[in-house]
Amino acid sequence: MALAATLSPAPRAVATDADFELSARCPPSFELTARGACEFRDRYQFYDSLQGRGVGGTRTSLPPHRDGFTPAEIDLGRYLFFDPILSGDHTMSCASCHRPDKGLADGRPRSIGIAGRDAGRAAPTLWNVAFLERLFWDARAESLEAQATGPLFSPVEMGNEPGRLLASLNGNATYRRLFRQAFPARTGAIDVDQVGRALAAFESTLVSFNSRYDRYAHGYATALDEREIEGLNVFRSFVARCSECHTPPLFTNGEVAVIGAPEPRGRAFDVGAEKTFDAPKLRGGFKVPTLRNVARTAPYMHSGVFGTLRETVEFYNKGRGNAVPEDQALYLHWHISSPNLTEREVERLVDFLQTLTDETFLPQVPARVPSGLPPLDNPVRAAAAPRNPHTRGVDR
Amino acid sequence: MNRIMTAVLPLAAALAGLAGGLYLGRASKSDVVITDKGSGAQYSGGFRAEGERADEVKAAMAAGSIKNVAGPAGEAVVVVRDGESILQAVKNAAPGTTIRVMPGTYHETVYIDKDDIRIIGVIEAGRRPVLDGRKKLNDAILYSGNDFVVENLEIRNYKGNGVMGQAGNNFEIRNNVVVDTGVYGIFPQLGQNGVVEHNVVSGIADAAIYVGMSDNIHVAHNEVFDSVAGIEIENSRHAIVENNYVHDNAGGLLAFVTPGLPIKTTQDVIFRNNFVVDNNHVNFGAPGSTVSGIPSGTGMLIMAADDVVVEGNVVSNNKVAGIIITDHGHAANITVDPESEPNSDRVRLLDNVMLDNGYDTIPEGKALLLAEGKGGKALDIVRVGPSPGSCIVNRHQYVTAGVGDFAECDFTSTANIATYLLPPVPPRRIDPSERGKVAYLGICSGCHIYNGRMIGPPVQVIQALYLDNPQGIADYIARPVRKRPDYPEMPPQDYLDPDTRLAVARYMLQVRN
Repeated sequence: MALAATLSPAPRAVATDADFELSARCPPSFELTARGACEFRDRYQFYDSLQGRGVGGTRTSLPPHRDGFTPAEIDLGRYLFFDPILSGDHTMSCASCHRPDKGLADGRPRSIGIAGRDAGRAAPTLWNVAFLERLFWDARAESLEAQATGPLFSPVEMGNEPGRLLASLNGNATYRRLFRQAFPARTGAIDVDQVGRALAAFESTLVSFNSRYDRYAHGYATALDEREIEGLNVFRSFVARCSECHTPPLFTNGEVAVIGAPEPRGRAFDVGAEKTFDAPKLRGGFKVPTLRNVARTAPYMHSGVFGTLRETVEFYNKGRGNAVPEDQALYLHWHISSPNLTEREVERLVDFLQTLTDETFLPQVPARVPSGLPPLDNPVRAAAAPRNPHTRGVDR
Repeated sequence: MNRIMTAVLPLAAALAGLAGGLYLGRASKSDVVITDKGSGAQYSGGFRAEGERADEVKAAMAAGSIKNVAGPAGEAVVVVRDGESILQAVKNAAPGTTIRVMPGTYHETVYIDKDDIRIIGVIEAGRRPVLDGRKKLNDAILYSGNDFVVENLEIRNYKGNGVMGQAGNNFEIRNNVVVDTGVYGIFPQLGQNGVVEHNVVSGIADAAIYVGMSDNIHVAHNEVFDSVAGIEIENSRHAIVENNYVHDNAGGLLAFVTPGLPIKTTQDVIFRNNFVVDNNHVNFGAPGSTVSGIPSGTGMLIMAADDVVVEGNVVSNNKVAGIIITDHGHAANITVDPESEPNSDRVRLLDNVMLDNGYDTIPEGKALLLAEGKGGKALDIVRVGPSPGSCIVNRHQYVTAGVGDFAECDFTSTANIATYLLPPVPPRRIDPSERGKVAYLGICSGCHIYNGRMIGPPVQVIQALYLDNPQGIADYIARPVRKRPDYPEMPPQDYLDPDTRLAVARYMLQVRN
């Protein structure tokens, strides 16, 4: 069911304004309501959860989420997301680091920003990002809109500035028309709030709840084979304790946890959420990432230190604090234990993690974007970027 | 919790300033306030039934008659005998099945991911069915289904938990013997409306009975011993813990808020009529675990939990203290969470029998006693850290430290709160058209749109083909065959049950955009 047409669109030399129409339809899994908004619909909504928090077991409702954007806002967000006009030098788009062919991450240990700069941390996947209360590895943003401006205006990511971004967009007749269409109540020039809202609208539609695990959870017992169910039972056992933080149905509980994952050799210690909350006890703490589509988003951890799921599982299995630098006193999470999983259990866990893959609703990369730049990634960038030194292993 | 009283002296000084205005009786013995339990008001409880069933729920709760929260047993019964597999029986069982397990020894992990399954051991002349993990298996019983009942088992030698629930509602865990099953003995988590009663649990490296992130819970008539913690109510609301025998643990009864969990509060917990005695077991909690910080010799520990009512317990011979009330700031092994309120608000200490507690307390306890001019070898109740709105009845009966500013309570009994359990919650009825729509949007719309080509053919074309034949679509999608050379073959949707397939077919036939 992969969308074959999503990759490597052939750029056409000249795009004309008439090429761009915003969709009047909601994306898959969204219903167009009477007031013209797209609302999320999924079978998990037939269930309940304790205190409405969306954490639990197999048949538990999802957490509160963002939706209710119009088809026009969503489709405008899609154009913006894939348009390199958003970056300071017009070489990279949001999709440069959240690539449809890389699990909406980028396959790199740490993302490469404008002019080959080290962006510092790994690009998190955007799958199911509408369900998160806090964004970024260090949990420093509380909305998709607030998150979006982070990379846009970071000198080591997209390297733009609000003035320059708005000048580019307002200087483009197609964008002026599309923003008017998406925001009919607004008059005047395009502003940063509109850009943030459109990007949030698009990102809120990146949903993944049709994995084989989901089929099992909804009651189809043979959706997983014996080995995968064995892995599920290790995953949720109180020996491995994975599901205590990577809690279904989202496979994250949204909290910050200090797990003591190492930095790659030669990199300084990353204090993570200590800075966000000004809390020394959260030193080295990071937001628990979703495991949805985790098999598609190697390498792992905030700094991409582990190349495979197997290496990642082994890190936990090596025991509490096994990689904490000698000069760091970390307040490790209480569920970071020394589970002593057997070789077989480690293998089954990796089997299970691969059942969380579902990219049925991968968004369509536009064949052309309003700037006329090559969508997704300007080839200039590919030439400028250093080769990724990290060699990825392969699970199984 | 070895650092539990690190800030003793500054605190004591602060308390001295607070005490005078709230409790005027300390100046002379003649001012002692003696309260007769029968004379005071009743606790109004912390649970308010809401919604269309509110009256029914209220009446049932007031009557105290609710015991079977999982609803009536279904008619189907299967029997599992020694040498057979309980798990296999669960896999084969339809919801509503009772699985009777005969005496014997079973080495397996039994997971239950469907609703309304009862696993009922048959005890013959004292012989129980034994689940033995041989210290190789992780968990014995692992359920995520609703309306789950497990009774009469003996569970030994697992590494994780004896009975573990993940989000199952309406559960009954009853009459089980659980010995040395690793981290927890009985651990319902993220569920609403459950009973844990008449279990005997021992030799557990964390809590023998641990209720985590759950609502409307009744824990009664259990014996818990030789564990690091006896019974722990954590990040949970509306829980009654009564008539339990809690002895020879490092800590007896705990009401906690653990920071860093997605559900942030513990509120409205009643600890009443329990025996909390001899909890002086060496603390063998795992390094880094929250309970490893509990000083051996703690009867009850209330940390950051709100509206905990303590009534009618016999609390004796706990060497550090009978009751410790504290906050996150004074506790060891506790992280921070900006969203967790760190104090134990509104602790209500009603009449309790307290004997021989605190005779060998930790140095910080002694210092706190000294600061209040109490030098004896006893400590029944100690409070460190803010505990606003708290109260105590007949305080003159106990050796206390740090409760001078507690008010008199405005009620003296919880007798009219029989239970926080709810009547069996009927399964939510989902209209078939709703089920069809959601499956259509959540699954079909990834490949089909009304009037255009996506991965599969347009819905309009399908409608023309099947017109008045939804069953035809329902059958086709279960086992599709390739019909159109210019389209990819459709993957089977046989994971949808037949009712859902028909519902989605019906919905598809009336889509108009």
